[in-house]
Amino acid sequence: MKRVLIKKQAGEFGENKDVAKRIRLETVLPALGKQEKVVLDFDGMSGVTQSFVHALISDPIRKYPDGFFDLVSFKNCNPLVKTVVEIVSDYMQESLIA
Amino acid sequence: MLVTFDYFLKNLDLSNKNCLDVITQGQWLNVHPAALVFAAALAQKVGKENVIIDNTAGKSGLYIDRMGLYDWSKTESPYHYSRHEEAGRFVPVKQILTSNDQSKFITDLIPLLHLPPEKSQVIYYIMGELIRNVLEHSMSKDGAFVAAQYRPKSNVLSFGVCDTGVGLKKSLSYYHFPKDDVEALKLALMPGISGTSMSQSGTGDNAGAGLYIVKNLSKMTRNYFVIYSGTAMYKLLKYDKRIERPKIHSDPLDDRHSLVDKLPDFHGTLVGVDIALDDTSDFNALMEDIKVSYSKALRERKERRYKKVKFI
Repeated sequence: MKRVLIKKQAGEFGENKDVAKRIRLETVLPALGKQEKVVLDFDGMSGVTQSFVHALISDPIRKYPDGFFDLVSFKNCNPLVKTVVEIVSDYMQESLIA
Repeated sequence: MLVTFDYFLKNLDLSNKNCLDVITQGQWLNVHPAALVFAAALAQKVGKENVIIDNTAGKSGLYIDRMGLYDWSKTESPYHYSRHEEAGRFVPVKQILTSNDQSKFITDLIPLLHLPPEKSQVIYYIMGELIRNVLEHSMSKDGAFVAAQYRPKSNVLSFGVCDTGVGLKKSLSYYHFPKDDVEALKLALMPGISGTSMSQSGTGDNAGAGLYIVKNLSKMTRNYFVIYSGTAMYKLLKYDKRIERPKIHSDPLDDRHSLVDKLPDFHGTLVGVDIALDDTSDFNALMEDIKVSYSKALRERKERRYKKVKFI
């Protein structure tokens, strides 16, 4: 299982998409490729932008539409982070359904 | 002030591409951060040596000095005072060239404005989205010009973000083919429209949601939002306080708005935002509303694309 402490890389407020992209490319996608579980831990974060979360999870959802929801978990999300993650997850699924 | 921003734009003269004269009219001038970043972005484009600021603006002139506009002009500031730290109620015009500049600016923003931490999320959010849009889509080598001002009396925070890049029409033209600047503005404010993809979910890096969300945050706090690119300007108008929760629309033309075309042709994009901090105490509730509206908007748009069967 891979665990990523997002704050360590993105700071207290997640807005830098380059950081999100790096986590996606270096951790999330390789783990999903190997059917490994991933925990994205937002401990200590006050918020995130939709762009940040999109850069983090949209491609993994697109590439692994079933595996993503089984293998990736979100931990220690405050209500704002949770809502933004749900915004992205909802619109990604909406767009993938024919 | 965004309420009079149409007047400000209608009086612009952008015909001379080689110099910039910032003309103030007597005691009054528009000192919304959007006006100041606009002037700074144009000044950067023509070069400091070709920028003049006239000195007839009284107290407003002092304000534009404190907001840093003279730094982009060859005119020496006529105001003499001891500059203290940029602490208090405003963030002077800054140029942001990289995502690291952006992160630093956003981190510094809250202490500069002396706002309580619970107000910080919405500010981080808006600035994060608007600046990132410029860095990713404007193709401007000068990056983003940003400024902010807090008015304690009304508890309103005003932002301006400007670039002198390709503008919205060109940025969206590869996948969405807007016929003119007005249509480009409309598309840019709709959910799921990105300059990087035809797909409603965008690419791995872009979704086309940033401006839609920022505009709706302004709307739900019953404030103004202005966007100007090319010859067109869209302004979201204030919603009445008696409306408990303004309804979110996917089409910006369904909101209370004013739309002006045939303005002086501006090669770039300018965004001005006002946010009433009283109404952002539950930022998460605002985002919950946006979550519901976003998926609904995509679903409706998708359904509109379905072909209808023929019943005879």
